[in-house]
Amino acid sequence: MMAQTLAQTENAPVLEIRGLTQQFGGLTAVNDFNVKLTPGGLSGLIGPNGAGKTTVFNLVSGFYQPTKGQIFIDGVPTAGLKPHKVTALGVARTFQNIRLWNDMTVLDNIRVAQHYRLGYGFFHSIARSKRYQQREDEIAKEAAELLEVFDLQRFALDVPKNLPYGTQRKLEIARALSSHPKLLLLDEPAAGLNSSDVQELIRLIRWIHKKFDVTIWMIEHHMDVMMELCTQIKVIDFGQTIAEGTPETVRNHPAVITAYLGDDNI
Amino acid sequence: MVFMLRRYSIHLILALAGGAIVYSADQEYLGLYTLSVLMFMGVNVILSTSLNLVNGYMGEFSCGHAGFMAVGAYVSSLLGVWLFAKDRVFGVPLLDPGYALYAFPVLILIGGVAAALAGLLVAVPSYKTRGDYLAIITIAANYIIISAIENIGAIGGSRGFMGMKRLVNSMEDVVDLPWMPIWVIIFTILSVWVIRRYVSSTFGKGVSAICQDEVAAEIMSVNTNKIKTVTFMLSSGIAGIAGGLFAYILGYVNPGSFNILKSTEVLVMVYLGGMGSLSGSILSAILFTILLELLRPLQIIKWIVIPLLLIILMQFRPEGIMGNRELGDLFPRLKKLYRFK
Repeated sequence: MMAQTLAQTENAPVLEIRGLTQQFGGLTAVNDFNVKLTPGGLSGLIGPNGAGKTTVFNLVSGFYQPTKGQIFIDGVPTAGLKPHKVTALGVARTFQNIRLWNDMTVLDNIRVAQHYRLGYGFFHSIARSKRYQQREDEIAKEAAELLEVFDLQRFALDVPKNLPYGTQRKLEIARALSSHPKLLLLDEPAAGLNSSDVQELIRLIRWIHKKFDVTIWMIEHHMDVMMELCTQIKVIDFGQTIAEGTPETVRNHPAVITAYLGDDNI
Repeated sequence: MVFMLRRYSIHLILALAGGAIVYSADQEYLGLYTLSVLMFMGVNVILSTSLNLVNGYMGEFSCGHAGFMAVGAYVSSLLGVWLFAKDRVFGVPLLDPGYALYAFPVLILIGGVAAALAGLLVAVPSYKTRGDYLAIITIAANYIIISAIENIGAIGGSRGFMGMKRLVNSMEDVVDLPWMPIWVIIFTILSVWVIRRYVSSTFGKGVSAICQDEVAAEIMSVNTNKIKTVTFMLSSGIAGIAGGLFAYILGYVNPGSFNILKSTEVLVMVYLGGMGSLSGSILSAILFTILLELLRPLQIIKWIVIPLLLIILMQFRPEGIMGNRELGDLFPRLKKLYRFK
């Protein structure tokens, strides 16, 4: 009931996290984390290595069940949902180390990401029913269109493992968008890219943000990427939120400088 | 015309080959021996393609395939004999043996359904277990099934169960045709066709996604538990169909024919043909059946030669004959000549 009332509120946050805590044994990876992402935003999450950034993403995408706290996607609580259900609610993500299906064609990579809204099941696939034919046509058409806007159509029948690294990154983002997300989580999209690729990535993310009307939340170590793209940045260290605000405030925040560069009072 | 030929070339070839086999069986051009080898070829094709679904396409390692075959064999045999044949265990048939012909495909399918349900024995643990650990579970499943059958005295226990020949005879009494070859051909084509359709749909591509990166599959909205359940059930169900046919071809089943050695035989066929290649599995099942027959004079030494061949294969061509490709990928020109969906 509560979920519905929240969802109906005007301008409900795409993602709301309240008091999120995740413990692995004795280690507290994330502690009392809170965030509200309004639709259409482009915000960032930064922190030194091991700060718990990816854990937050794993919690949001349903990969872990939180020790404490709640996560709402568009007002719907995700507690107890398996990752594929969370994706169906409108969350898609990419991974720090690219995780494409390397022996499937690029086109199939895009198609399979539409799995939750196939609209047909096992028996339709065997009987090749009318619904199957219709849906497969739509899926193929949509996948081809997506490849075209990403300028990947010439790779449609190649397997991802043969593609250049930057193209694989791009494909992974395209695959994520294939599931029609409201919220796109990018986990270090610039990792392993050279500086000209990084410039292209910045353009790409900005373009996706506009074109697909999607809320983006990203983790990144390249500060120039964050400074250029994000309007809001949250900084965590050892699972604690230590600062948040515009890129400018965050950059000059003493706690952030201490977290990244260490304390000179030692 | 060319389009039609392309579209139906596979149907045409299958119909001609099947027709030729049935005709020559009917005219007794083919000896009983040749005919039974051909029928076992069909059974082996069903077994290897269905195991390839799990081991090749999904990347799990199932080594208990013969267990599901046993379920199919026993369920369809017991049901058939109970309904349509006079038997020492069940007494007089419940129904007129004349109906056996029409009921036969249903019997085989029921055996398949029972085997698919037995497949849950592996499907449910597979939600949380992968790789080596799941392989051990599949061996355990194989043993559970075999031991259960061995310990039910009423159906013959380890001595086995027979009486299926009577059913085959009563089918031939109704319409005088070599029915077993006909059913084997039909079910072989049906099985391969079902598997092919499954793995080539976007729904079934989820199977390959699980194989290549399960985490990515789940995150990209593939319901991995559902896909695993469907795949294991389909694979074991089709193995059950093979088991049913096997039982009626031999006219006799005993738990010993479905032990781990039989599972290994199917594994050899899958690895010989190539993982994730249906045409490879078909080819290797045919070759393997012929090989087994050629090596028959060696008797027990056969089981030294065949594993040795496997070692050589793994050394020099670990990807198998086709290695993850279909016939059409290997000879692109062939693609122009057929369409198989």
